[in-house]
Amino acid sequence: MSIKNSPVRGDASAGRGREQWTGQYGFILAAIGSAVGLGNIWRFPGVAYSNGGGAFLIPYLVALLTAGIPILLLDYSLGHRFRGSAPTVFRRLGKGFEALGWLQVVISFVITTYYAVILAWAVRYLFFSVTEAWGDDTRAFFVGEFLQVDAPGINAEIVPGIFWPLIGLWVVAGIIMALGISGGLERVNKVFMPLLIVIFLTLVIRALFLPGAVDGLNAFFTPNWQALADPQVWIAAYSQIFFSLSVAFGIMLTYSSYLRRRSNLVPTALVTGFANSSFEILAGFGVFATLGFLAFQQNVGVGELTGITGPILSFVTFPAVISMMPGGPVFGVIFFASLVIAGFTSLISLLQVISAALQEKFGVNRRLSAGITCGLTGVLSVGLYSTTNGLNALDVVDKFINEIGIVVSAILMTLLVSYVVKKLPELRAHVNYYSTLSIGAWWQAVIAILVPVVLSVILVATIYSLITEGYDPKSYSTSFVYQFGWGMLMLVAITTFILTAAPWKTNVDDFDPVDFHEDGASSGVTTKQGA
Amino acid sequence: MTTTALVMMGVSIVTVWGGLAVSVAYLVSHSPSRRSATT
Repeated sequence: MSIKNSPVRGDASAGRGREQWTGQYGFILAAIGSAVGLGNIWRFPGVAYSNGGGAFLIPYLVALLTAGIPILLLDYSLGHRFRGSAPTVFRRLGKGFEALGWLQVVISFVITTYYAVILAWAVRYLFFSVTEAWGDDTRAFFVGEFLQVDAPGINAEIVPGIFWPLIGLWVVAGIIMALGISGGLERVNKVFMPLLIVIFLTLVIRALFLPGAVDGLNAFFTPNWQALADPQVWIAAYSQIFFSLSVAFGIMLTYSSYLRRRSNLVPTALVTGFANSSFEILAGFGVFATLGFLAFQQNVGVGELTGITGPILSFVTFPAVISMMPGGPVFGVIFFASLVIAGFTSLISLLQVISAALQEKFGVNRRLSAGITCGLTGVLSVGLYSTTNGLNALDVVDKFINEIGIVVSAILMTLLVSYVVKKLPELRAHVNYYSTLSIGAWWQAVIAILVPVVLSVILVATIYSLITEGYDPKSYSTSFVYQFGWGMLMLVAITTFILTAAPWKTNVDDFDPVDFHEDGASSGVTTKQGA
Repeated sequence: MTTTALVMMGVSIVTVWGGLAVSVAYLVSHSPSRRSATT
C-alpha cells in the first residue's frame, strides 16, 4: 500500500503528516542545544588538561573529523531517510532490528532520570549564588547540607531541597514537550541558545580578567607532546567527541526525522559538530581562567588543584572561587544559569527520543505522550535521585549507562547498517542527493571499520577495568555497583525486549523511502545501489 | 603565557572556531531557499 493512501494514525507511520522544524536553522539550534550540555562545561576542560593540554587538540580534532561528524551524519541520514523515532527507523531497516531502537530509547530514558536531577541542583545553586549560601566549606555544604548524602545503599529518604525543584522542572519540561517540535522545542532553543552564548561569553570575558587567569590558560594550552604517543590519550579524545555530540542513542536520529526533505545535511552536520567543539574550547577558556584565579588565591600551581572536572568542579570548586572573587554572586548566577540552559536544551532532546517513540508505537497523541514521558521519567528521577542516596546512585548509573550502554548501542548501529542490512551506500547517496557538499567513500569506511574498532577498544577497556578493579571501590561496595551498575544494564535489556514485543498501534511498515523522498533522491539511490 | 601555549591557543581558535565560521558561511550561502531559487 502506498503511503499516500495509508490510514495514518497519530503522526506515526508518518511521512507526510509528520511534525517538522520550521526551517533548517531551527533544527541546527536544537541540534546544537542537544549537543552542548553539562559535559561541555565540566568534562572537556578537565579531560583536555589531563590528556596533554594543548597537544590534546590534535587527537580531539582527528576524532571530530573521523568519528564525531561521520556518526552524526549516520544519525542524520537514518532519521531523515526513514522518517521516524529510533524504533521506527530500525524496524524500517528490518523487522528484527526494532530492538536496537528501543535500546536507544531506554538509554535516553535512564539518562533523563538523572540528568534532570543535576539540573535541579544547578537551579538551586543559581539561587544560592546570590547569598553565597554555601559558606566557607563548599564540599561539606554540597555533600552534607544540600544533598544530605548517606552511605551507599538501597534505603534512602527524600531530600525536599531537591524534590521540589525537580517537580517544577518536570512540569516545565512536560509543557514544552506537549507544545511539540516547532511550538515547543524549536522555540525554546531559539531563545535559549543565543542567550547561552551571550551569558557564557560574559562569564569567560570576566574570568579572563581575573588575577591568575593567564596562568590557568597557560596550564590548559601548554602542550605535552609525549602524550600523543599514549593510546589512552587518543581513546580519551574519541570518547570525549563521542559522548559530547549526543550521537548513537537516538537524539540526532529523532531530531533529523523532523527535517524537511530538502535539507542540506552535510553542512548542517559540520555546523553542529564545530559549534559543539567551539563551545567546549570556550568552556576551556572560562574554566581554566577561573581555576588560574583559584590557584593564585591559594598560592599554589594550577597543577596542584583538585576537583577540576565533573559535578565537583561545578558544585564544589566553582562555589569556592565565586566566594573569593569580587562580584562573585553575579558570576555565580551567570555560571549556574549557563549550566541550567545548556542542560535543559539537552534534557528536552532526550525526552523527545522517548516521546516520539511512544507516539509512533502506541499511537498516542503528542500531549498524552509528553505527559507519559515526563510522568514516568519524573517519578523515577524523584524516587531514585532526589534522595540521600541520589549522588551515589547517579554516579554509578551514569558510569555504566554512558560507557557501556551508549557504546554498545553505537557499535551495534554501525555494524547493523554496515554489514547486516548494508545500507551505507544508500544512506550516502541519500545524503549526497540532498546536500550541496558530498561525502565520499571514506565515510563508509569510517562507519564500517574505524568507528566500530575504536568504540570496541573503548568498550573492552572499560569492561575489563570494571571487572578487574570494580568501580570506585573506595566509595562503593560491590553489591551497590551490581545493583545500580550491572543491574541497571540488565533492566535496560529487559525493558528493551518488553517494549519491542509490544504490538504496534500505527502503520509503521507502510513506509517506503522511495515513495516518500523526491524522485531524484530515490532514483539516484536505486541507480547507485544497482551500479 | 609560554610561546607554545600561545601557539596552541591560536591553533585551537583558528581550527575549531574557524571551522565553525567556514561551515556557517557555507551553509548560509547554500541554503535550500537559495538553491530552489537558482534551480
